Amino acid sequence: MTNISVEDITGDAPQQEPITDWKQYFSFSTDHKVIGIQYIVTAFILFLVGGIFAMIIRGELITPESDLVDRSVYNAMFTMHGTVMLFGWTFPILTGFANYLVPLMIGARDMAFPRLNAVAFWMIPIAAILLMASFFVPGGPAQAGWWSYPPVSLQNPTGNLINGEVIWLLAVAISGVSSIMGAINFVTTVVKMRAPGMTFFRMPIFVWNVFSAQIIQLFGLPVLTAGAVMLLLDLTVGTSFFDPAKGGDPVLFQHFFWFYSHPAVYVIILPVFGVFSEIFPVFARKPLFGYKIVAISSLLIAGVSGIVWVHHLYVSGTPGWMRLFFMLTTMFVSVPTGIKVFAWTATIWGGKLRFDTPMLFAFGALILFVFAGITGITLSSVPIDVHVNNTYYVVGHFHYVLYGTVTMGMFAAIYFWFPKMTGRMYYEGLGKLHFWLAFIGTNLNFFPMHPLGLQGMLRRVSSYAPEYEFWNIIASIGGFLLGVSTLPFILNMIGSWIHGEQAPKNPWRAIGLEWLVSSPPPVENFEEIPVVVGEPYGYGKSEPLVAEH
Amino acid sequence: MKIRNILILSAIAIALTAVSLLIGQWTYSWMPPQAAAESQLVDKLFSFLITLGAFIFLGVTGTLIYSAIFHRAEQYDTSDGPPIEGNITLEIVWTAIPVLLVFWIATYSYQIYEQMGIQGPMEAMHLHIPIGMKSASAAPINGDAGIVSASPTSSIVSTDATSSVIPFEDIEVNAKQWAWVFRYPKTGITSTELHLPVNHRIRLAMQSEDVLHGFYIPAFRVKQDIIPNRNIDFEFTPIRIGKYQLTDSEFSGTYFATMRANVVVESPEDYKKWLAETANRKPCTANNQAASEYAQESKELIKGWVTVAPAQAPVVNYSN
Repeated sequence: MTNISVEDITGDAPQQEPITDWKQYFSFSTDHKVIGIQYIVTAFILFLVGGIFAMIIRGELITPESDLVDRSVYNAMFTMHGTVMLFGWTFPILTGFANYLVPLMIGARDMAFPRLNAVAFWMIPIAAILLMASFFVPGGPAQAGWWSYPPVSLQNPTGNLINGEVIWLLAVAISGVSSIMGAINFVTTVVKMRAPGMTFFRMPIFVWNVFSAQIIQLFGLPVLTAGAVMLLLDLTVGTSFFDPAKGGDPVLFQHFFWFYSHPAVYVIILPVFGVFSEIFPVFARKPLFGYKIVAISSLLIAGVSGIVWVHHLYVSGTPGWMRLFFMLTTMFVSVPTGIKVFAWTATIWGGKLRFDTPMLFAFGALILFVFAGITGITLSSVPIDVHVNNTYYVVGHFHYVLYGTVTMGMFAAIYFWFPKMTGRMYYEGLGKLHFWLAFIGTNLNFFPMHPLGLQGMLRRVSSYAPEYEFWNIIASIGGFLLGVSTLPFILNMIGSWIHGEQAPKNPWRAIGLEWLVSSPPPVENFEEIPVVVGEPYGYGKSEPLVAEH
Repeated sequence: MKIRNILILSAIAIALTAVSLLIGQWTYSWMPPQAAAESQLVDKLFSFLITLGAFIFLGVTGTLIYSAIFHRAEQYDTSDGPPIEGNITLEIVWTAIPVLLVFWIATYSYQIYEQMGIQGPMEAMHLHIPIGMKSASAAPINGDAGIVSASPTSSIVSTDATSSVIPFEDIEVNAKQWAWVFRYPKTGITSTELHLPVNHRIRLAMQSEDVLHGFYIPAFRVKQDIIPNRNIDFEFTPIRIGKYQLTDSEFSGTYFATMRANVVVESPEDYKKWLAETANRKPCTANNQAASEYAQESKELIKGWVTVAPAQAPVVNYSN
């Protein structure tokens, strides 16, 4: 099994015992593949919860008046929507894929610290249940937005010690600790557990990007977690780090918060860039163009990400020199990002393209990402940000990033590796239906936010001036369409997992260590650890990837 | 063949440029009316960025969509594409282009920012002297009419016959959950509506009583957070007579959406007349949406939770 670009290595029956017992997914397993799927399924359930909150928000905003839910309920909805989607969906799903794929892709039997891995996962459902429990405390869940800026987050009208905001902060801290555990595990695994011959410049870009993203987690998350704990102390025992009434500085919290939470965007999107880099070469049947520069650009993004956070504070009493310095650093992110976009375009150009569902999603997500990149540049420019900061223009921009790119990219990943993970093929027709509903829904939902923001409609408002109604109706229709688009997906996943056609070990004729093992892979991944002798993405080159034994 | 390719590429580039320029011009219609000098600068910069952005977006997605249509594999074709792995020249060029673009965009944005001269917090003010627009405390905006500059506390003498003399003052802005109150220190009047003379540099002294608020007038394209315990100075120049909306741009709690106020830009004569008339009015409690919603039973389908009580409704000379 040396040459993967030969026509047919499909159709092998699983040689080793695959994972078949569904009960193990509810157990404290230390198998990275089981944990990966646990993460992915948990994240998707939370995605549905966050999606229901989004439907309520769009339902309220379909008319200018506040007439569907009370203002306090509305505030809780957008707070919990943001929290659940970020801490419950994007981070866990990406951790899930990284968990499943990184050991397989680098030729390891498991993660470096399997038990730590399992503990890190189980903290996610705990944090999620805690967060949902806050609906049942007297004052309701947190209502200060997912940024939780003080002093609003320090106001506690019920006077109870146990309130939504306290629970929110605990949940965020738990999720942060879980991610720090994960980051230690990933970085160690990539550095120490690679198969013989798997040099850094033979690693798939997905691994490069997970590695870069987890480095950000290591330096950024302790800062956010510290900020959350300080706010918790202000709220419960009366310290005054951030409370201006007692001499604290609320802007300090914003620095703590964004020092991590902007780089967090790159933590989320880098693995998606990795997914693009895996999918485009396969479905274009060409090597990844500029492999090395694409790999290095990931580390560059991680590096620059440490000095961009103040662009969230342009109008928060930030001196002029700081506004301008962070404008330049923020714009600079577009350089390594641009390198990647050009590399993907060159990979696709002149290829033998096939638009199966994973490719459709990746391709659509790339187009949406280019759009988001353009609006991102306008936002980094101080004078324009002064106008559109905290308006729907920003909301539109980051939803193009977080739904258009990250979520669509994750669906691409799910369809692409579904056969590997489950040993079954999904239904192509339902996959394509899902794509078109999601792609149209994304544009209907998030494009109107740009004109709304330019006109001055603010984010987080529960009612608005009547002149904003037209675009809001379109956005709400798009939002409901996105809700509908998950139905064929759920049907497809459940139906295929139970009744789908048996998947061969390499249905896409892809090159990579994970495609050399059966679908689903055996418990310890490899009967014998492979010796890597070739470059990744050797499409059209008929060079061996691993040594014959 | 080579020449033909160059011709085709040039034609595409020209077409793309034309379309991008058109979209760039179109951006002006996406914005509210230009009611402040700052808005002209911001709109110019935005138009420039969107022109560039449209060129890049159309170029990249055009290439991708062209591939998607014309580079598809035949149904039973399982062969591979050309194994092209890289091209050093191309890679250097497409790294250099974004680097140059970044410096171009940043420099231009910097120039526009300097010209706007919006002031932020006090500590920054002394470090930073805008070059484009003179500070309100140094000179009035109609610099073309031979103006004698004045110290912040004295009134400004203008030789311009058409514009009448407006005494310089910092208008005080007080933000609280959930109301705006404006105070004119010279006359001591208070109002829930912000009245401003047209074509004069305005300086606001902003304060918050409780949480973070944001001062934002979309038609002026200016925004500034107001932070409790800090004095925030802020400057801009309204240039268009009319009525505009001021909104709170930093989430300030339950009734955030109700925290709006009218901004009335009027001729210097009308402005002075308003000041004089308002000074004669007795203070009374202004209407306040947050306070009245808080007092009423909620009409919504889904009922909420206990909320922070709104601050005392403002008592002012003038309310709308």
